[in-house]
This record gives sequence, structure tokens and C-alpha cells, in this order.
Amino acid sequence: MKAFLILEDGTIFAGTHFGADKEIVSEIVFNTSMAGYLEVLTDPSYAGQAVCMTYPLIGNYGVCLDDMESRRPWPDGFIVREVSRVPSNFRCDLSLQEFMEQYGIPGIAGIDTRALTRILREKGTMNGMITTDEEYDLEKILPRLHAYRTGNVVDRVTCDEPYYVPGVLKLSDNGPLSGSADFDPEAYQAGVREKKPSLVRELNGKGKKVALLDLGAKKNIAASLAARGCDVTVYPARTKAVEILSDQPDGIMLSNGPGDPKDCGAIIDEVYKLYKSDVPIFAICLGHQLMALAAGADTYKLKYGHRGGNHPVKELETGRVYISSQNHGYVVDTEKLDPAIAVPAFVNVNDGTNEGLKYTGKNIFTVQFHPEACPGPQDSGSLFDKFIQMMEVR
Amino acid sequence: MPKNPNVKRVMVIGSGPIVIGQAAEFDYAGTQACRSLKEEGVEVILVNSNPATIMTDKDIADKVYIEPLTARVLEQIILKEQPDSILPNMGGQAGLNLGMELEENGFLKEHNVTLLGTTAETIRNAEGRQEFKDLMERIGEPCAASKVVESVEEGIDFTNLIGYPVVLRPAYTLGGSGGGIARNQLELEEILENGLRLSRVGQVLVEHCIAGWKEIEYEVMRDSAGNCITVCNMENIDPVGVHTGDSIVVAPSQTLSDKEYQMLRTSALKIINELKITGGCNVQFALHPTSFEYCVIEVNPRVSRSSALASKATGYPIAKVAAKIALGYTLDEIKNAITGKTYASFEPALDYCVVKMPRLPFDKFITAKHTLTTQMKATGEVMSICDNFEGALMKAIRSLEQHVDCLLSYDFSKLTGEELLDRMKIVDDQRIWVIAEAIRQGVSEEVIHEITQYDLWFIDKIAILVEMEKRLASEELTVELLKEAKRMEFPDSVIARITGKTEGEIKKLRYDNGIVAAFKMVDTCAAEFEAATPYYYSVFGSETEVEETRNRKKVLVLGSGPIRIGQGVEFDYCSVHTTWSFARAGYETIIINNNPETVSTDFDIADKLYFEPLTPEDVENVVNVEKPDGAVVQFGGQTAIKLTESLMKMGVPILGTKAEDVDAAEDRELFDEILEKTQIPRAAGGTVFTAEEAKEVANRLGYPVLVRPSYVLGGQGMQIATCDQEIEEFMAIINRIAQDHPILVDKYLMGKEVEVDAVCDGTDILIPGIMEHIERTGVHSGDSISVYPAPSLTPTVKEKLGEYTRRLAMALHVKGMINIQFIVIGEDVYVIEVNPRSSRTVPYISKVTGIPIVDLATRAILGETIREMGYEPGIQPEAKYFAIKMPVFSFEKIRGAEISLGPEMKSTGECLGIAPTFEEALYKAFLGAGVDLPKYKQMIITVKDADKPEAVEIAKRFDKLGYIIYATRSTARALQEAGIKARKVNKIHQESPTVMDLILGHKIDLVIDTPTQGRNKHRDGFLIRRTAIETGVYCITALDTATALVTSLEHKQEELHLIDIAGI
Repeated sequence: MKAFLILEDGTIFAGTHFGADKEIVSEIVFNTSMAGYLEVLTDPSYAGQAVCMTYPLIGNYGVCLDDMESRRPWPDGFIVREVSRVPSNFRCDLSLQEFMEQYGIPGIAGIDTRALTRILREKGTMNGMITTDEEYDLEKILPRLHAYRTGNVVDRVTCDEPYYVPGVLKLSDNGPLSGSADFDPEAYQAGVREKKPSLVRELNGKGKKVALLDLGAKKNIAASLAARGCDVTVYPARTKAVEILSDQPDGIMLSNGPGDPKDCGAIIDEVYKLYKSDVPIFAICLGHQLMALAAGADTYKLKYGHRGGNHPVKELETGRVYISSQNHGYVVDTEKLDPAIAVPAFVNVNDGTNEGLKYTGKNIFTVQFHPEACPGPQDSGSLFDKFIQMMEVR
Repeated sequence: MPKNPNVKRVMVIGSGPIVIGQAAEFDYAGTQACRSLKEEGVEVILVNSNPATIMTDKDIADKVYIEPLTARVLEQIILKEQPDSILPNMGGQAGLNLGMELEENGFLKEHNVTLLGTTAETIRNAEGRQEFKDLMERIGEPCAASKVVESVEEGIDFTNLIGYPVVLRPAYTLGGSGGGIARNQLELEEILENGLRLSRVGQVLVEHCIAGWKEIEYEVMRDSAGNCITVCNMENIDPVGVHTGDSIVVAPSQTLSDKEYQMLRTSALKIINELKITGGCNVQFALHPTSFEYCVIEVNPRVSRSSALASKATGYPIAKVAAKIALGYTLDEIKNAITGKTYASFEPALDYCVVKMPRLPFDKFITAKHTLTTQMKATGEVMSICDNFEGALMKAIRSLEQHVDCLLSYDFSKLTGEELLDRMKIVDDQRIWVIAEAIRQGVSEEVIHEITQYDLWFIDKIAILVEMEKRLASEELTVELLKEAKRMEFPDSVIARITGKTEGEIKKLRYDNGIVAAFKMVDTCAAEFEAATPYYYSVFGSETEVEETRNRKKVLVLGSGPIRIGQGVEFDYCSVHTTWSFARAGYETIIINNNPETVSTDFDIADKLYFEPLTPEDVENVVNVEKPDGAVVQFGGQTAIKLTESLMKMGVPILGTKAEDVDAAEDRELFDEILEKTQIPRAAGGTVFTAEEAKEVANRLGYPVLVRPSYVLGGQGMQIATCDQEIEEFMAIINRIAQDHPILVDKYLMGKEVEVDAVCDGTDILIPGIMEHIERTGVHSGDSISVYPAPSLTPTVKEKLGEYTRRLAMALHVKGMINIQFIVIGEDVYVIEVNPRSSRTVPYISKVTGIPIVDLATRAILGETIREMGYEPGIQPEAKYFAIKMPVFSFEKIRGAEISLGPEMKSTGECLGIAPTFEEALYKAFLGAGVDLPKYKQMIITVKDADKPEAVEIAKRFDKLGYIIYATRSTARALQEAGIKARKVNKIHQESPTVMDLILGHKIDLVIDTPTQGRNKHRDGFLIRRTAIETGVYCITALDTATALVTSLEHKQEELHLIDIAGI
């Protein structure tokens, strides 16, 4: 079946339909990861957006349900150059096409995704429609596209009830994939061979108790903490700060999530209360932005965002550069950042935008990128170790 | 971290002659590194024995030494030039080993020279088999069960413990020399014995066989601050068991989920961190196809063939960045030259698919085994880029220039059922064609997977191509179908063949419906940032990104495609130099080429680079977009010359010598007319198509005769026939491939072979120098030792050569380059062949005469005269030293290849010996080729009867040098009669000890064996030669070579004269 991608600026791409048969209007963004399309699809941060993969061959290894980063896929639509007709991987449960049909997500294939990416790069992220209606009427569609807003999507993606993720008892319980759990580049750099004792429950007896505020959390955030022996309680986004604090966590983790951080006013108020507590806090992506807004800093929208698995971020304290997994359209404005509140801790090597903050006089650090990877490089996984150390010190 | 201020003078070590496993990629890496160093104001002293390279140009380095790559020579150069540092990791395994040797013997420390980049400890940890294994164990990275053994017994014991099959990998060898898979004790003994000898340190790794696992590679960079990135990963379509150099490789990996991708990536980073590598590194993994089990196969702590491929596949200049890292920079301080915006500390994102295919030399070695193993056999490779796998594969296939253009090109349709399945079990270079046939015959993808261990995804892609063939054959060719076929990169010619239409009809249907190639950019970042460097590939069904440029005149330079025997790195040298000359003349330059190993496909050589196959249709796609003002074909070898006619049809003017004149040189009748007109003699001959005609001509001329196809390079298919039977044999071989042009049969003349390269401006000619071959006619010029200045020609002969060259250049209206081969008998000069194009000897003669021939030829093409360029026409004054070009072979890599020299070229590379005297130059040339004698002072001579008188003379000289000479019966008798104390040994079929036992005893320096005629594999001589080669014994098959060797040994000297080529 024919399908069309219609952009806000009137550009039309004609391709082939796959996935669910449904018309959608969404914000069109692109992701440059070459593998990990399932992790992209199941990353709640994409709620309210339709994702274009710049890598042209998608679906090659099908869908391995174990690799889902949340309970379902979130993008409104999926835009690819080519969908593999045969999925091939020993863990493959179903094909990408079947998966998208199952979850009601429409896709368009066979379009010039590079041309689309160049348009988004030049003109910035814009809204668009995926439709199979060959009789589409541009006059009627364009106003709808202009009007589209991602809105408050956090409520849609967060969990309904708190739940508990127990930490591993022994490091050896970690599967072969927990590369991020025992790889500590700094330790290797310094010639330290032994695992840091704080990382491993079997050495110190008891795991840390972490409260994870689910703003649209990827599964691997909790998993990364659990792999380090932490017992994690995941709270819905609307949980009051007082409730979280009353559970007396050793540390609080704010997750990634979708949408414009400024649409999260009520949550920001609660985050401010967490900020005021002296519980160590580590935040990722939306969590990082909300903490910045709570503390009085500002955020703005990037022209076309950072979405992919190849972004270099520099740790200002050490000068070390990590390749990171990223997915964000908004960024903290450090121009107007008061050093009394926080100072930049990480910066994007490509465009110099902020990638992390260290809060002055506080046991809080936050990053814009994704140390939990999935998809993407696991290089900055040691930040979870840093978080655990922060909790230890306390 | 900024640049280390102590680094001011760096010696860069090149990789030496091109051999299988170490090819043009190191010229590319070395050239990029040198330019990167010079950019930083560092003085570069370059050492490489290979004169055909661009890196040995004086515009690349400040001091250039084309000297043998031995530790002693490097020490002398260090003493002379006083570098503060050396950079060994750009010269492949050869460079790395030399760097290590100098470090280990204390020389570097003694003279305060620093090893830049990776440290000696790191190299030891990565390359020493046991050290590496221990290290991997320490950091918890899995390796296959293995043990380093130093004897065959040890190997057998260990294998009995872990079970067969096992893989054997000798330590410190290049391209996996001497390795292999042993399935039983017999094979184990054979391979192990050989491998132990080839290893620099006498160690072989015996490893549990993981054949059939996925082979995945990561290219990793690390700086001194510990920042790491992976440039890209690559998936071998052929599973573990086939050397990655011989595998079809795709980038990025296609069948790995993010979990597997990141698991291996993390492992690669962990390893590079643990090894503390600074610079580039290649990590190879085997990944179990149905679990997360993996193991590290090996690590190369240097730039490599794979890193060249990764550079071209992603646009990330690995060698350039590695050189900057060696100077102390960190990744975040180095700009990404492609985007000009981002930094080297990022990972390229590809939005296309890259396929690499090996160029295997089996067309040259008919008798050789075609099977692919862990021992690399490919001489070169092609790379293709497309936004779908099917298209990339189709493009790669036709880039090979092996008479293949689709999956129908090898016909296996006669095999059915079990026969076909059995054929599929053979792991060789035609496997994907066998798979395609199996799909055509309805064999299930699962069965194919079972046999080949190819991932189902790849098999299905082949199936998609086969389905398209079927649809084209059965359905009506609609516009939609044509679009789909073009998207998979079916060439018009193939579509025409399958649909029964003409190529013209297909093209018209395409153009009428706007089905034309679009060009996309390789920008390292999947369009996320705007890129500054135009590096393009074609796709169908997309919008084009090429921006029209019209402000300067445009020239199209056609590259020479994959490196193969007969068309090597020399032609890339010529292509690059002509590009630079056109750029200097104000032209916008456009290169089309498909070889990822070369300098010409580096992103900053031409103004625009098109990474495309070199077929008429692919070139036309570029022409349609670029509309060049002219094309230059005379520098890209036969690949480019073959495109001349098509370019003219496209309306692109050929710059320089006209197409009809090129034809006149190749067309027998036209050429004979010219010779008659210019009164230049040549051997009598005729043109034929069939064996019957050939025999008729041969008998008229009288045997021996030379048989060869026209329009070929490197004497492909050329043979000396001595009887009717051989004519039949050779004609059958030549006619295996349908010949468009007649086959030439000439009377074989025995004399001195002489070669001339000249530049002609239309009126005058310039001959930089005359080269004389050591070997008599009958040995291909590329396989002969070539001497400049010609030592034995009389002034009359030289004058005649100059005059004949002038007459031929005039008669052929040459504008630019001409190359002529002559035979000199006494004072008589005969012409053998004329090539109105650049030749293999151009880089060599340019360097040793200091005359920039390609630049002069390019300027002549653009209308400058030789006088205007500041040269007196005619033969240029001779240099004050001798420069000898020595061919280098890779016979040990190709099991079963006949090594005896003949009219068909077999060498893969060359090295140079340059010195004030002929003898020293000869000594250096042999040394550069790896012939470092004497060792045991024992040799074997076995020659055919006709050669015995001459062999006696040679033997006398070896005898005098103290050699113990063994000889087979009749040779021994001849030597003894001449008073030489030759020891008789038994022939192979006689009782032990035989000549074979002697060779296998490892105490022999040299075998001189002149073959009797014919390609019969089972003759004793063949076995002796193969055994010698495979056990690393130097083997000479032409007596002239033997004379040259003994001359060089008689003049062996400790202190060599070092000559800075940049000073010439």
C-alpha cells in the first residue's frame, strides 16, 4: 500500500506503508543509531514524536522482546528507508512489521530518509503526517500539522503504580550483556584491576535503596542500578516528593522522558522539594532538565535535537570524552546559569551545548545523555557507580 | 593535550613491497600520516623500499629513503638523519616488526629516539600470542581455548586435549601467512611445521576451531588521555574460517542487535584501554551465531587493511588522526576534516551500506587451489556504497573487473541436487554464485545456511536478487519493475540480457522515465551536520545532493580499480599525480575509483570523489551529473583505457592521445602498418581467434612462439609455446573468456629486453631514462629485474631506442605518456609492444631520475611543450648511480601456484635498490626483496639440459663463495664434469634422502630450478619449487636472476650508501 509523509513545510514523500494502518500527526525527528531500532521504538522519550531512522536497513534482526526498554513502543509513527523482509537473529521473537501492527503503530518505508534528514537539519524539527490516503488534501492538512503539540506526554508514559526492582546479589548474576556494570574506564585507566567494592553487593553485604522517578524511564536505568546491587523502587511521575522521601531512599534517580520540560510544571514543583532534601540525586535527560528548571535555570529547544548513539560528551573535570547515547530535543541554557546553583559538568563536543550539571553545594549531578545506553554505547555506565559512591559517602 | 613539543623530526617506516596481506592500504595510510605530520610542522623522514608508492614522493616527505627495510639499514638512516622519534605503526606488520626490533635491540634508547604512538610493551602484549592470551584472561575477555606451541609434538599433545578441528596461527606474520585449519593429525603436522618456520619467533598458536561463527571487526581509536571511539564495525559475510581479507565484508554489521553490537564494542574498548594503545587498532571477534558467546580472535595495534576499509567506508581518516594522536593531541582537539565542524572524538554514523569484495589472483594462477582459508590470498579489493545491501553487492561484483556483472555470471546450472550442494561446501571465491544457483533451483534458505553458515539475512538478500532476475525474465518490463531492478543496481547490460532487449532500449526506457542515478554524500554523520568534503556514491530512487559546479574547467580522472597482479599501486600513483597536476593547472578534478586501499580514494585528493564501479554505465552516471570538459584515461591502467570508447560515445573529450591512436597500438594490422611506415622491425607474427589458426601461424613462423591476447595488462594469458599441444592448451585457457579482440601469435625472439617510458608533447619526446632487464625476453617485464641506467647497451643502440620511440610517438600522435618494450639482439632493436599510456615503471623512473613524468605528461596533455617545461627533448642525461627495480612475489600465499617465471606476470610488488655501483644496487634490491643471504651456504641446483652450460658458470661462482651445492643426477654430473664439488641428491620419486628431504631440512639457502615447458603440476620441478617456496627457501627459475644474485653476493657490503631520493 502506498503511504505518504507530509511535512509542515509542504514537502511530501511517497513511500510504502507498513505496520498499523492508521493516519497520524506528530513531530518528526531523526535518529542516527545504526542498530537498536527496538530500543528506540520502546524509549518513552519518543512519545508524541514520529521517528525517522537515518540508517537505511531496519528490521534486520527482527524484534527480540527482551530488549524492549519499556512496556510498549511509543512513537506515533516510524519512518525508514527499507524494512527487512526476513528478520534474522537467534533471539528474534517476531518481525518488526508484526510488532508495529500489534501495537498499532504506522510506518512508512521506501522514502529518501537522507533527504528528509537534510530538511530537518536545515529547517529544524517540524510536524508531519503519515497517511495512506492518496486523496489527501494539503490545504486541510497543513493547518492540522501547524497546530500539533506534543503536549504533556509524561503522564501517558509513566507507570501507573510503584513497583520494585531488586538488586542482583552477586555480580556473577549479571548476564553477558551487563558490559556497563563492570566496565569502568577510569579504573582501567588508573590501572585498577579489582572491581570497586561499592559496586558489588557480595562484598559490602547490602545494596543501596534507590527511588526512581519514572518520567518515562527506560528499563535499563533500573536495570543498571540493579546490576550494581541497588534495590530500586520505581514511582509514577505524579508521586509527591514527600511520599518518596518518606520511604527513606539512599538516593533518588530522575529518569528520562518525553516532551517539553516546561510542560511539566507540577512535577517541577515536586522535584524542587527533592532538590531541597539532602538525598543524593542523579538525573538523566528530562530528569536533568526538570532539576535545572526546579533550581531556577532555563531550557530551550534545539533546532533538530540530538538523537543517536555517537555523540561525544566531555567531562569538564577530567577532560575525558565519552561517546554517549542521546535523545533530547531540549537543552539546559548555561548562558544564564547561576554558578551558585550549578556548574556545567559535561559539554557536547560537537556543538558545545550542555550535557550535564553539578549542583553547587548539593549532592546532585545530572546528565543530558543516557548512561544507561540501550541503544548505544555503554561508555558512561560508570556514572551509575559514581551515583552509588555518592550514596556511600552519605 | 596539545602537541608534544619534543617531536620535531619523525622517521616514518613504510611497509615495503606489495605482497598479499600487505598492499596499497599502507601507502594510503603512510601518505595520509606523512601529510598529517607535515601539517603540524614536523619534518618527516620516510623509509620504504617500495618505489611505486606515493608516500615515497618528495612532496610527501622531507627526506625519502627508498632503501631495504631491515633493522641495519634503518639504524644507518637514523644515524645519518638524527630523527627524535619514529612512527612504526603506519607500515603494517613489516613496519611494526622493524620498530620492535630497533626497540628490543636497544638502538632507539641508545640514540634517544622515541617510539611514537603505541609502545613496545603494547605491541608485545597485542602481538605475542601468549602475552595476549594472558592479558585477555586477566581482564576477563574470552579467547578460544588455545596454546602457543613451539614444536609440532607440543601442538599434537594440546590438540589431543581440546579436540579437532584446530586453527593454527603463526605469531608475527602478515596476512596470516602459514596459518590454516587442521582437521586431523596429518594436516596439523603439515601446517604446524610450516607455520613454526614462518613465524619470526618460531611460535604458532593452536586454537580451538570456531569456524562457522560470525566474524565481526571493530576499528577503534584511542588517544593518550584514554579517550576511545569505535570508527565502525564490520561483519564478514563469510563466517570465521575465511581470512577477513578474503571475505565479503559489510559495514556496518547487519545482523547484530544493539545488544550484541554494544557487547562487542564495549569489549573492544576494554581491550584497547587495557593494551594502552594510542592510535588506531583493529579488534576481531568471533560471535556464536545462536548465543551471546564470543571470543576475541586477534588485535592489530596499528593501521591495517581493515582500517583503510573503515576509513573509506565511513569517511573517518584513521591514519591522519592516528598520526595526530602520536604527536600528543587528544581526539577532541582534532577537527573532523569531512564536516569541518565536528571533532575526531565522535563515532561515524553511516546512512548507507558498504560491501567489500576481495580481488583474488586465481586468474593468474590457473593451477592454484581456489579455496579460501585463514591464509589471505587476495591481492586487492573493491568497495561499494549503496543505500541497500543488494545494490552494494551488485556494485561490488561489477567493480571486480573479473568478467562478472551479476549473480548469473558463473554458470552452475549444470549442477543439480547433491552435486550442487557438494559444490556449495567448497569455500571459494565463487560461493555466492553457487548459492544464487541453489536458490534458483529451489534449495531452501535453511539448507544453504546449514552448509555455508552464511546468516539467513544475507542468503535472503541473494534470494531477492535471484527473484529479480526471474521477474525480469518472466514479466513484462514495466517502469515500476525497471525502477526496482535499478534500485538493486542491476546494470542496464544485465537487464538487457535477461529481458532480451538491447542495452540502448533499457537506457532509453530509463531516461524517458527519469530513472537515473542520484548521488549521495559520505559525510561521517548521516546528514546530521553539513559536510564540507564532497565524497559521493550513487543510488537509484532518491534525490541527488551533488551541487553543480561550473566556475572552473572540469577533468574526470579514471582510477585503476582493484589492485591485481599486473595492475598495482603504480597506477594509483599516476592517477593521483595527474589529479594534482590538473589541480595546479586550475582544473576542478573529479576521481572515480572503487579501491578502498588507495590514496586516490582519499577524500582530499580530488575536488570530488565518486566511489563507483568503473563500468561505462557507472561512469556515464557521473558524467551526466558533472558534465566534465574532458577525461583523462592514460594514467589509470587498462581499466581506464578500456573506458575510452564509451567516454567518447558520451561526448566526453579524451584529453591526450586519441582513442583511435590507442587502438592503433593494440590493433595488430594497424600497428603493423605503422611499423612499416616508420621502418621499425618487430618479430614476425599473426592474429588468430582459434587454436587451429594459432597452430597454423605458429608452424609458419616456427616454434617457439609467443601467444597472447590483445588489450591486456600484465601479459595476462601470455605464454611461450614450443609445440602444437601447448598452443592448444594455452588457447583453451585464453578462450575460457570470450575474446572481443584477436589473439596474437608472434615468433619468440631471444635477446635483451629494454623498456622506455616517454613523454610526448606532439612534437618532441622526453625519455627520462632507459631501463634494461636482467632476464632475457620471455620473462614478463613486470617480473624482470629492471636496471637504470641500462648497463650493457651501446651508444648506437641507445640512440636507436630514442629514435624509434620518437617515431612511434609521432606516428601514434601521442600526447602524454607512451611506454615501449624492445628486444635488443646485438645492435638490432625490435619493438615488442607499445602502450600509449602510463606504465608500471613510471613511479620508479620518476623517482630515480627526479623527473616528475606524470606531471610533465599532464602538462603536455594541456598543451605545454617539453621545452617550455624546461627540458631538452630526447634521452635525458644518465644519473650517477644505479637504480634497480626488483620484483617481489607472494607465491607462498597461493597454494599450488606455479612459480616459474614466464611471459605472464606473477609478481605482486616491487622494491628498489639504489646505489653508486651496479653491484651494490643489486645487493640492496635483493635485500629489499627479503633475500638476505648467505645463511647456511647450502643450495640446490636442478636445471634443464639446455641450461646446463650456463648453470655451470653460476655454480662455479657460488662454489667460490663457499656454497655447498646439491644437484639432481644429470645436473650434478654436469657440474662435476666442470670440476665443481656438487653433491648428488635423489629425485623425489627415488629413495630417501631426496631433494625434498633436503629442502624440508631447513638448511638450504637457495634453489635454482629452471622448469621444463608446460604447465604440468605433477612434474618434479613443480613440486620442488612449491616445496621450496612453502618452506621459505628462495627459489630462482631464471638463470639470469641467478647470475644477478651471485653478483650481488660477491659484492655484499656491510656499510651501504644511503641515498635521499628527495635530494635528486
